[in-house]
Amino acid sequence: MTITKTQRDILGSSALRPDGVSKVQGDFAFSSDLHAENMLWGATLRSPHPYARIISIDLSGAWKIAGVECVITAEDVPGQLTYGLISEDQPVFAKDFVRYMGEPVAAVAADHPETCRRALAAIVVVYEVLTPLTNPEHAIDEAREPIHPDGNIIRRQQIIHGDVNATAPIVVEGTYDIGMQDQAFLGTESALAIPDHDGAGIEVFVATQWLHEDRKQMAKCLALPEEKVRLVLGGVGGAFGAREDISLQVHTALLAMRTSRPVKMQYGREESFFGHVHRHPAQIWMRHHANTDGRIVKIEARFVFDGGAYSSTSSAVLINGVTHTQGPYQCPNAIVDGYAVRTNNPPCGAMRGFGVVQACFAHEGQMDKLAVATGIDEVEIRLRNIIHTGDTMITGQVLESVAPLERCIRETAAMPLPREMEAHPHELDLPGGSGRTADRRNIVRGIGWGVSMKNLMYSEGFDDYSTARCTLTNGSVELKFATSEVGQGFVTLAPQIARSVLGVDNVTYDTIDTQIGSAGSTSASRQTWMSGGAVDGACRMVRERLFEHVGALHGIDPLRLAIDDTDVVDTIGSLRITVQEASTNFTVSETFEYHHRPTQDLDDNGQGNCHVAFAFVAHRAVVDVDVELGLVKVVQIATAQDVGRVLNPMSVIGQIEGGIAQGLGLAVMEEIIVTNGIVRNPSFTDYLLPTALDAPQVLISMIEEPDPQAPMGAKGVGEAPCISVTPAIVAAIRNATGKSIDRCPVRPQDICF
Amino acid sequence: MPVFIPSSLTDATRLLSNNPSAHLVTGGTDLMVEVNFNHRHPETVISLRKIPEFQHWNIDNKSGVVHIGSSVPYATMEHGELAQALPALAEAARTVGSPQIRAAGSLGGNLGTCSPAGDSLPVLSALNAIVHLHSETTSRSVPFAEFMVGPKRNSRLPNEIISGVTIPLTNGWQGYAKVGVRNAMVISVASVCLAIHDGNVRVALGSVGPTIIRGSESEAWINSVGLENVTPSVAQEFGERVRAESRPIDDHRSTAEYRRHAVGVLATRLLLRGVQR
Amino acid sequence: MSELEHYTLTINGEDRHVSDAWIGESLLYVLRERLGLPGSKGACEQGECGSCTVYVDNAAVCSCLIMAATAVGTQIATVEGLNQDGSLTDVQQAFVSEGAVQCGFCTPGLVMAVHHLLDHNETPNEQEIKEALSGNICRCTGYGRIFAAVDSVISIRKSTAS
Repeated sequence: MTITKTQRDILGSSALRPDGVSKVQGDFAFSSDLHAENMLWGATLRSPHPYARIISIDLSGAWKIAGVECVITAEDVPGQLTYGLISEDQPVFAKDFVRYMGEPVAAVAADHPETCRRALAAIVVVYEVLTPLTNPEHAIDEAREPIHPDGNIIRRQQIIHGDVNATAPIVVEGTYDIGMQDQAFLGTESALAIPDHDGAGIEVFVATQWLHEDRKQMAKCLALPEEKVRLVLGGVGGAFGAREDISLQVHTALLAMRTSRPVKMQYGREESFFGHVHRHPAQIWMRHHANTDGRIVKIEARFVFDGGAYSSTSSAVLINGVTHTQGPYQCPNAIVDGYAVRTNNPPCGAMRGFGVVQACFAHEGQMDKLAVATGIDEVEIRLRNIIHTGDTMITGQVLESVAPLERCIRETAAMPLPREMEAHPHELDLPGGSGRTADRRNIVRGIGWGVSMKNLMYSEGFDDYSTARCTLTNGSVELKFATSEVGQGFVTLAPQIARSVLGVDNVTYDTIDTQIGSAGSTSASRQTWMSGGAVDGACRMVRERLFEHVGALHGIDPLRLAIDDTDVVDTIGSLRITVQEASTNFTVSETFEYHHRPTQDLDDNGQGNCHVAFAFVAHRAVVDVDVELGLVKVVQIATAQDVGRVLNPMSVIGQIEGGIAQGLGLAVMEEIIVTNGIVRNPSFTDYLLPTALDAPQVLISMIEEPDPQAPMGAKGVGEAPCISVTPAIVAAIRNATGKSIDRCPVRPQDICF
Repeated sequence: MPVFIPSSLTDATRLLSNNPSAHLVTGGTDLMVEVNFNHRHPETVISLRKIPEFQHWNIDNKSGVVHIGSSVPYATMEHGELAQALPALAEAARTVGSPQIRAAGSLGGNLGTCSPAGDSLPVLSALNAIVHLHSETTSRSVPFAEFMVGPKRNSRLPNEIISGVTIPLTNGWQGYAKVGVRNAMVISVASVCLAIHDGNVRVALGSVGPTIIRGSESEAWINSVGLENVTPSVAQEFGERVRAESRPIDDHRSTAEYRRHAVGVLATRLLLRGVQR
Repeated sequence: MSELEHYTLTINGEDRHVSDAWIGESLLYVLRERLGLPGSKGACEQGECGSCTVYVDNAAVCSCLIMAATAVGTQIATVEGLNQDGSLTDVQQAFVSEGAVQCGFCTPGLVMAVHHLLDHNETPNEQEIKEALSGNICRCTGYGRIFAAVDSVISIRKSTAS
């Protein structure tokens, strides 16, 4: 008989989500599920025009409607009229001009959502419609007057590195277009604001990625001290970057303060498309110079990111783009010019991959062109160029992260390819799916590759620290942090960390709110590293205090004590007591702030140690293409990802599979279509997301080479899955069709004409 | 009372006469989208879901017709006897929205809305379906070709209710194909229904014109060639001719050029499937 | 609003009275905002995501596209009705154990869709599973763990049956 030890939910185990049970029952309270006594509904009036001057706003019609309690415009904003993550250039409500379709102009609070809709319809805004600036090149060439006092160029960044006159015999170039992708989280924006009884402050339950940054921006606009604005995380139905900016936070709070009643706001799907920033559409030109052996000698590149009407995080997205020009390859010489510009298109900002998605689509297209030009296999050409720890990047920064890139590529290549398509395949397995458009003979299979590196955490001197508190009492631990749980599973990981460090099993976490220091944003693949580091640090401090306590009780030097499973043990003696027993009638609480190492701004030539760390990944895509109709079915994605250390295998697999689906979406179906500043498809009927029938088989290898710089050896895993999968799929389509396709998403007409 | 749920056709038509501005709703899958997106603010609604004959269907082999009540959900058409009798309708039904939509949506809704992208409509066109309409005092039956008169326009009078359709059975192959840029739950970019009866081909095109387009000239050509003479190159030419009969537009879902191309390709493929070559 | 309605719906076997409702309200809105049943989620309002899936007379449908006032006299079942005894169903348990839940917004609708599938087809094949779930969008998981959960329920049910 063997005795199986009970698996504890420590680091390395597939611990289950603590909120899983409530989520499968429909009990979990998303921010849209919240209610308060005497609550009003809020709604927003938005501009139908991409660019117009506001001549007048007549609110009288709305005020006359029974059930309407409040109508507000820019005139009613008590504090700063604008907000923004990096530059405060976006109005709470448009005042003189509207600069994109969907820009907020007014808001109402009423007794019913339908009353709100009728009130909005009764507001008369007279616009002088202006010609929108929609071509990003016209923002650069100054052919147009600035559409914003801050000018039409949000940021320009060049990178000049090495010998700019270097030449090499093989030259390939291409111009790549990346469409505007939407994060399309399922739980649309929502918030519930409850004013304090004395009117001096406000509590806001909101689905967001970064409570403290929201609070900072809200307090300024509301003219309240930050401590009078208390934010609590409402359950978040996905984020993917779209909740990093302010959307309805200020509007909801302001309506609540004006009415002295709780106000709930919730966007519908159409409004959500207008209510948050999107992934930047970009045009990227690259020219690679290489030797006949395939080794890259120089890269020239030009990036244009269309930031839309307001800057959001455009300047940081630009930096991520240009600094990832080389991809995960060595490149001694580079000349890069990059622009993030302002247009009257929808504002763009953070989305999973953050500028690197765009850069990767271009550099991987270039690697395939280089493979063709040199006659070297597409896997081999990548292997010959891969970057290693210790190499200098085009920013002059030395790559310090562990870089198991060769393993990523080789392990991906070693995974089995899918079986040949059967003679009589199931109709749903063919491109076109239930539409039954194709027969077996219409299908061609293709294989393509994509490899990428992605920076982790924030860059350019930003100290995006995280804070956590650990309280141990009577064998139980309570954690406190402000880390936004958006679905990624930090609420699973944090207790795992505490169990591992402290040898306890019963770990809970307190409400996620602003009653503790900032955790920074749930973005940039950073929370496992940053908030994980903070929880780890707080738990270690508590452990030291526990050892001191036990040492004092038993007359042992605390340095001799260690945690073994759920016991405190004397490493050179015989003492062994359970943590439960050791902490009986003992309470200790410690708060820890985790900071990553400092980074620097880039100089005018794009030189500087601007990034903290990097993660690597390889993707191989297999697609079936109906070439004549231009329809694609992604059959299989094989991937090996550098994760540092696997802290929760099931969570990591979930991130990888989910990221791949989003990258697949960008490759073949997801695009916000904007014509002359008008969004044409703000709905799930016309903005298509992958369904269960679009999901490919996914083969995964998690490459574990713990990074000594990472608090637990683990790298963030959120973004890497969605970056190089897109170019891999597009490369597979090129492979199947023989067509040169340099844009994504690939549309049927890009294939069949 | 603004919501009526009549349990007979007589009651329904009377209610409509008395409330001419009422919205008719069966599954709700079209109307409620309009309401949710703030495009409609209904004040009176007549729900047709409880009228027994609207939920009824039968296959009359003697007369060679199938009758389908206007509230029969698409899910019922996807499998079983109806699918065996009308395979093209089954294939079209399977492409309507999601399983949830197919459990609620019905031919009455597709006909009432009459969108050129209505998935079942090319089938009703190719199969020469007859649409039955009733007012408080009249009843009439209209061939589909005369029923749909424009994009989202049909010849139903404001006081009439669609009770169902009669679809003649065919004695040859029938099939349907639809292009959308996703493998399921996708709105039609172009669709084709092809049916063979008494050795003659009929072809109808969706999403490539203001109405469903019957490819009459293509039909005449292929029927003069003869089905026994269909080769891949004949099918190719048939596709070219179908393509020429389409009248698509550019919109955010696709381009006119692609739609024209796609209906041609689908027509070629369906013809080859029909003759099993 | 003048055109207000009063009606009674039968939800999870219980009669629930709705008063002073606007007739344009969807069943989803009435469940969530009037009857205290927020388990069904709204993410698209047009039947393109499945988050609001409920059963009406045993058919799995989108509650966002049902005009609530027309659902009088039907049997409506929501996710809240799945485990009135407090314990998880096998499908719910599998979603938790197999990692099929991330943000969880699509989860109640998917749980309803999976139960509906397995109630009508005990041994669906891969294509049948994918087609049955093709109306439920999940943005987080890429569906891999959801398929794993469905497979796990099928095999557990098989082994308990034999």
